[in-house]
Amino acid sequence: MTDKLITAAIVVVGVPGVLIGYIWATEQVLRILPERRRPDIRPWLWLAPALAFLALFLVYPMIGTILRSFQDNLGKTFVGLDNFFWFFGSADALSALKNNLLWLIFLTLFVVGFGLLVAVLVDKVKYESFAKSVIFVPLAISMVAAGVIWLYMYQYKPPGAVQTGTLNAAIGVAGLGPVPWLQVEDFSVNTFMLIIVMAWMWTGFAMVIISAALKGINPELMEAARMDGATEWQVFRGIVFPLLVPTLVVVSTTMIITALKAFDVVFTMTSGNLNTNVIANEMYAEMFKFGQYGRASAIAVVLLLAIIPIMFFNIGRFRAQEAVR
Amino acid sequence: MTATSPGLDQAGPEQGWFARQHIGLHTALIVLMVIWAIPTFGLFVNSFRPATDAFGTGWWSALFPPYNFTFENYAHVLGQSNIGTNFLNSLFISIPATVIPIFVAAFAAYAFSWMEFPGRNILFVVVVGLLVVPLQATLIPVLSLFASWGIAGTFLAVWLAHTAYGLPFAIYLLRNFMGSLPREVFESAAIDGASSVTSFFRLALPMSVPAIAALAIFQFLFVWNDLLVALIYISIVNPDNLPLTVSIAGLVTSQGAGAEFLGAAAFISMALPLIVFFGLQRFFVRGIVGGSVKG
Repeated sequence: MTDKLITAAIVVVGVPGVLIGYIWATEQVLRILPERRRPDIRPWLWLAPALAFLALFLVYPMIGTILRSFQDNLGKTFVGLDNFFWFFGSADALSALKNNLLWLIFLTLFVVGFGLLVAVLVDKVKYESFAKSVIFVPLAISMVAAGVIWLYMYQYKPPGAVQTGTLNAAIGVAGLGPVPWLQVEDFSVNTFMLIIVMAWMWTGFAMVIISAALKGINPELMEAARMDGATEWQVFRGIVFPLLVPTLVVVSTTMIITALKAFDVVFTMTSGNLNTNVIANEMYAEMFKFGQYGRASAIAVVLLLAIIPIMFFNIGRFRAQEAVR
Repeated sequence: MTATSPGLDQAGPEQGWFARQHIGLHTALIVLMVIWAIPTFGLFVNSFRPATDAFGTGWWSALFPPYNFTFENYAHVLGQSNIGTNFLNSLFISIPATVIPIFVAAFAAYAFSWMEFPGRNILFVVVVGLLVVPLQATLIPVLSLFASWGIAGTFLAVWLAHTAYGLPFAIYLLRNFMGSLPREVFESAAIDGASSVTSFFRLALPMSVPAIAALAIFQFLFVWNDLLVALIYISIVNPDNLPLTVSIAGLVTSQGAGAEFLGAAAFISMALPLIVFFGLQRFFVRGIVGGSVKG
């Protein structure tokens, strides 16, 4: 019991104390230095904790992964680009890559689009908190439970039998179906069925961030425009949307990366069968099922390379932001 | 960037236009809310039904007589021997694993936004680029790191790991928000003799409250719902420290037996994240930035 109390004290008092104490201490240390040198040293002291965390737990394992991608599965022999040639020559890997492209386009469009729509709409109503909570709830559900929920949604019984899946029962009322949403190999929209599950979960994420940015817009700007007779649509197009663009880029970038890394939904709902495989699942299989660490590492490196163009786009945007503020 | 066009129809039937727009607005919102709620509501209804019913008929049939509801699924989940300890462990893991990355990311985001140093943009892009690192690729090297430090199986190990995994997104989000704050505020504070620490705690942090609240919700949620990190860094060494997610996952065997408890378990473990979400909602208020900044 005392153990728990000590842990609780560390959790509630110790951790924030150490963090605030650190940044206060840096300023005391800087006082020792000549004033001219302080601006050169200060940023690094502020960055140090973050860089230490990232270096130890992300960069260091990633360097190991990059090295492994040039080795065979035992990690002893250097095999050059063989693992990468395997990746781009394997039909499985390429079909996974194609599915990731679908994920990237449709998950991002869906999540950012609906997130923006909901954030803007709820901003105008009295039941904002309630409406946001309804959209947010799926994000609070664990992946396993979400998988179960959607298997109930997509459930399929042969024509004539009583449909227990929500979607088939719903279209059954209109005399349609039943449709094998996520049951047969050659149903070409299987991947979309999984994207819908993920989008259902992540729209709340986009909504919360976009809504926070929306609250940051000076209301006087919008009022002034309304006073001048602008319609709500014109206020949105002319004022709200341009001010939200940086936030939309952040959300889109995050969703593109989430799409590239898509794994949980696929793993829990189809295990990559039914033409729904994605590269993160392929990587998982190579690593934990086949013990092909070299190939798995090569897939991780491909993921890393795929993000480079998006990062350059972000640099350009931050330069532009600094030019105008 | 002006939204006003002088030739606009000023004398239009404003009242009518607003009313019509509002009906559309409410309809659109309510339709969206219903669509979003149905899947969860289905699981919610099923979580109160006996297994034979839940697997035999659609959840909506429980809404018509004969009603056949039971609390047995909830009783079973709450009757797990370790559930109290696991709940406390989840709290001990989630609170620091939310607080630490927010502070560390805020320090870094402040430096990236308002301090000049060589290589700033490149370093920032590298940090955000780390978002793409697949967690699975870091598990084994990091576990051996923890083992060599002698902290494998402790809460500290999980705090450190979750902090690192959450940082790229946290820095990205906060850098974007802090970077868009107006320059004059920080310049006039510096002229008044405020140090970086003062500017950070008195200006940057309070003005970033909506972004920090959003971040706190997500980080708490991800840590609370995490299974993988806890399994790898804790379960092998120290099962006493396991969080709620692990005991819930243990309810359902790999053959799928016990799936009737999943709904109840899901709603029990969702309760706290939702309370956090409701609690932090009030920080998403208009005018925190608009009010303190007069351009």
